Amino acid sequence: MNRPLRRLSLVVAFLFFALFASTTWVQFVSAGTLNAMPGNSRQLYSEFGRERGAILVQGGAAVATSQRVDDPYEFQRTYPAGPLYAPLTGYYSLRYGTAGIERAENDVLSGSADELFYRNLSSLLTGEKPQGADVTLTLQPRVQQAAWDALAGRKGAVVALDPRTGDVLAMVSSPSYDPNTLATHDGAAQEQAWTRLNGDEDDPLVNRATSALYPPGSTFKLVTAAAALESGDYTADSALAGPQELDLPQTSNTLKNDEGTACGPNDQVSLADALKISCNTAFGWLGEQLGADALEEQAGKFGFGQSLSIPTSVATSRYPTGDDVAGPLLAYSAIGQGSDVATPLQVAMISAAIANDGVVMKPNLVAKVSEAGGSGSVIEQPSPQELGRAVSTGTARTLQQMMELVVSRGTGTRAQIDGATVGGKTGTAQHGVGLPPYAWFTSFAEKGDREVAVAVVIEDGGTTESAYGGRLSAPVAKTVMEAALDG
Amino acid sequence: MATVLPVYPTTRRNVELALVVLAVVIAGGAWAVTGLTVEGSLPPNLFAYAGGLGGLAVVLHLLLRWRAKHADPLLLPVATLLNGIGLVMIHRLDLALDSSAASRQFTWSALGIVMAGVVLVFVRDHRILRRYTWTAAVAGLVLLLLPLVPGLGRTVNGARIWIGIGSLSFQPGELAKICLAVFFAGYLVVHRDALSLTGKKVLFLQLPRARDLGPILLAWVASVGILVLQRDLGTSLLFFGLFVAVLYVSTERVSWIVLGLLMFSAAAVFAATTMSHVQARVDIWLHPFTAENRTGSSYQLVQGLFGMANGGLTGTGLGEGRPQTVPYANSDFIYSSLGEELGLVGLFAVLVLYVVLVERGLRTAIGVRDGFGKLLAAGLAFSVTLQVFVVVGGVTRVIPLTGLTMPFLAAGGSSLVSNWIVVALLLRVSDLARRPAAEVRNGPEGDTGVTQAVRIA
Repeated sequence: MNRPLRRLSLVVAFLFFALFASTTWVQFVSAGTLNAMPGNSRQLYSEFGRERGAILVQGGAAVATSQRVDDPYEFQRTYPAGPLYAPLTGYYSLRYGTAGIERAENDVLSGSADELFYRNLSSLLTGEKPQGADVTLTLQPRVQQAAWDALAGRKGAVVALDPRTGDVLAMVSSPSYDPNTLATHDGAAQEQAWTRLNGDEDDPLVNRATSALYPPGSTFKLVTAAAALESGDYTADSALAGPQELDLPQTSNTLKNDEGTACGPNDQVSLADALKISCNTAFGWLGEQLGADALEEQAGKFGFGQSLSIPTSVATSRYPTGDDVAGPLLAYSAIGQGSDVATPLQVAMISAAIANDGVVMKPNLVAKVSEAGGSGSVIEQPSPQELGRAVSTGTARTLQQMMELVVSRGTGTRAQIDGATVGGKTGTAQHGVGLPPYAWFTSFAEKGDREVAVAVVIEDGGTTESAYGGRLSAPVAKTVMEAALDG
Repeated sequence: MATVLPVYPTTRRNVELALVVLAVVIAGGAWAVTGLTVEGSLPPNLFAYAGGLGGLAVVLHLLLRWRAKHADPLLLPVATLLNGIGLVMIHRLDLALDSSAASRQFTWSALGIVMAGVVLVFVRDHRILRRYTWTAAVAGLVLLLLPLVPGLGRTVNGARIWIGIGSLSFQPGELAKICLAVFFAGYLVVHRDALSLTGKKVLFLQLPRARDLGPILLAWVASVGILVLQRDLGTSLLFFGLFVAVLYVSTERVSWIVLGLLMFSAAAVFAATTMSHVQARVDIWLHPFTAENRTGSSYQLVQGLFGMANGGLTGTGLGEGRPQTVPYANSDFIYSSLGEELGLVGLFAVLVLYVVLVERGLRTAIGVRDGFGKLLAAGLAFSVTLQVFVVVGGVTRVIPLTGLTMPFLAAGGSSLVSNWIVVALLLRVSDLARRPAAEVRNGPEGDTGVTQAVRIA
């Protein structure tokens, strides 16, 4: 009976071999697939069970922290400032995932980033759970608070940049939300908050500063003026046609000035004066002279058409092409009323580039990544990056002077700051018949060694007549610039 | 039968003692690690448990020195270590689930080891058991049928394989396994001649005579009966597989295996097409990840797989994973619980322990001189193999999930006691197998030579 016994041993060996193989298959070969499967709560538990790094702002205050709690997830993400920073930090929700910096910097915050590999190697050996790293944002809490207060709950957005580095000093989107309601481990409360926020017509979950695309209105005249100066055919003093109404090709419609008058004697106006009083017919006419290609190229140099991550994702601002700039639409596009769309961040980038003598700096939210807790040793510190040159230094200087004129004697006088050089441009963007227009203001300011560039948009711009960006948005911009220049 | 060269192994009892101590140190260390990780301090009952398990294993070891000094030295340490690992994982799950299965499991472990000692003391020679061939058959059948008795039987998760008296419950099928292994060995060692020497040869197969088909048909009917009446796939497969294996070893005729496989396939196809609970099992096996199944019928399987994937190569470490997410994590799915926290490395170690256990059993079968002992040892060793294969194969999706328990590891008293008895019987047979020829007494029936002289292959 020994021969069949030996054969039986082979059967036994084969059965065990199958088990070794299947166990290897589950735990090694397909482990990655299994770990990524929907409904695999272990990944959530292991991710949520780690001490996630904090999100800090300049000065060291935390705007998102992980607190140890006594529940299966061990840590509760909390946002001490609530809605003030919510559009930036985003949320960290068990059920609804992540958004904002929580998403963009997730691998650093959770401690799984490649940069943290060597540090994690030691925790692998000691058996400790890897701890996430802290992310410090470029935001100045004083400027952020000033922007939030100045907007005072109105629907809109404020962006403040350091023109020399691209650092975002403040970014406010309103209405906002309380990310704590989404981060709670109470499933029912989480779901209720999610349903309410998604059902809200005002889209509180959208960061308007980077994700909302608005018609830029008259702020786009800066791009048109830049294209004109760059072409070499125009100077600040060049005379433009500025009639009461501009005849448009292929239509009986005309482009009108808001005041219903011509922009200057003999229907003529200089480029600088046209910007100062925001003359529609002059810039419409100028756009037609320059052509869609020149405008598109100039807009692209300021950042239109480029996808950005700062490192949160930014909607792509666009200057229209093809049929959207054909015939009468070209003149509209030159004053920001065609199919052009821009984020408030993009509009701020225009002022920033002009203030920075023509060089566009890549906007950036992350100042540094550092070890959590006491040591605070820096792991990563991004350096300022150039996105490109928008205009020559000379053109930039000319545009600076023209914008300063807007603030000193034009439509933007409400943005004047004692002791500081301020240049700006107002905008009032129509976006539908009978709808209140968007009130824009974009500006730069310089005082001592400080510089700041700002864009403000307020969605409910009041009645059409009184809706000049200068009236609503310029005071907001002024408050924000003051906060950035002082202190 | 091939000639076995007489070998004279030393008893290796000291090796056994050293390995038992090592097994207890490993299990105790794992127990300590669990306490340190989960509660931050050494568990207060560490020395009671480790000392208790170790003490009992050492007593059994001393018993072997006294009553079976030539017994295989690896069986006891392997069984002790598996039992210890099981206790640790059950205790770890207790901490997570706030239950107290480990203390019960410890009591059952003690009872199992005591029962093993009792078997070793009273069964001085395994050939005594041949006298009880038909008693074992009746006992096995009664034990199998007990769960069907109204008022006594209990249905757990659809399978009626439990009996309960008050708060105590027991799976008599586990003990029936041993009875039937004894019966198969005793019956076939007598009837192997008739079953192996006669019959027509068709192609390469020597087919048995129709009238010799009786036993296999009976075994088949009984297995199908278990499947239909008790709705238990695993037990049914275990018995039929055990019978076919022992039949093959006793007759050396491949035709029995072919026949057995055909009959099994027929039954499997029949069950898979007509019985709803078997269909459900097959559906879970083939499509566990559909949105509907993974939160419903295949939740347990899928969570087990997620756990094992989470463990990866090296595991999360004891107390660091979430094996408690899986329903029945300490019994049916203790394999995936171990996989999550000890990783692929840990499961390989566990599988190797089973390989060693089974290998020592088969080696015993080859080494022992009497046919009954060969069939008994082979049957017991193969039943452990089948049981491990059915459980692990079910958890890792080689075959559909069935309701068997992992020998020594899974929480459950009946299984633990039965498996300690299995080890005791293997120890008993191996004692004879490894005993120097001069010391081998003739069996109680004085016929060891007869069963060996039938056919020389």
